[in-house]
Amino acid sequence: MSERNSFHARVSVQEADFDVGAEVGSLHGGSGQVGAVASFVGLVRDINEGDGVTAMTLEHYPGMTEKALEEIVAQARERWALLGVSVIHRFGRFVPTDRIVFVGVASAHRGEAFAACEFIMDYLKTRAPFWKREETPAGARWVDARDSDDSAAARWQTAGGEHAAESDELSWEEVERRR
Amino acid sequence: MSVKLLYFASLREALGRASEELGLPQGVATVGALRAHLAARGEAWAALAEGRNVRAAVNQHMVGADGAVQAGDEVAFFPPVTGG
Repeated sequence: MSERNSFHARVSVQEADFDVGAEVGSLHGGSGQVGAVASFVGLVRDINEGDGVTAMTLEHYPGMTEKALEEIVAQARERWALLGVSVIHRFGRFVPTDRIVFVGVASAHRGEAFAACEFIMDYLKTRAPFWKREETPAGARWVDARDSDDSAAARWQTAGGEHAAESDELSWEEVERRR
Repeated sequence: MSVKLLYFASLREALGRASEELGLPQGVATVGALRAHLAARGEAWAALAEGRNVRAAVNQHMVGADGAVQAGDEVAFFPPVTGG
């Protein structure tokens, strides 16, 4: 299927900030097949567990981080007919309102784009090797993983799995027919 | 032959080191066995004992306690991830 060739993915682990408008704007990749672009931007908050957060440092595992993100993108492609994916995750020291992560997905229709965007974020939260260290007035502390993140990822293997199976049935031919 | 060990985040701080080269001990062929070997060093190393909330990656792929380890591998230990 030659249409598959029009898929483009971008994974970047970087210190530098990113331009949300430019990232969203380029996700169609020049393909007229793209009818939907969904995106998510994660920001640093100024409060966590009831304490003020003045700054945050994100550490990661260079080398593995990129592989983990690429693997998550590949899994999303197996579940939905996607035309483009961008995942940008920053590391370093940040202050509240700074951007941390961008996930953008392009597809023919909104359903695939919304679902894949949420799937990628849920898997990223539990599988990509990043760790947050917060600075609060009481001192610095490592952020504990949340059970809610585990359950968010797990639902794609249970109830979400059925949804995924439905989406898998949405073959490339079906996507073409619905255009 | 040895393995390269990497430690991240709170585990790196608790152990006071980010990496080390370790001659693979006789009979250690899995992540679980390697954790037990390291935990036996005592004190802060007990953080790696079975049942403690530590994740592992072999050659940059996350694996469970039964994940195979062999000479030349890069084995990383770290707390549950908190990115995004």
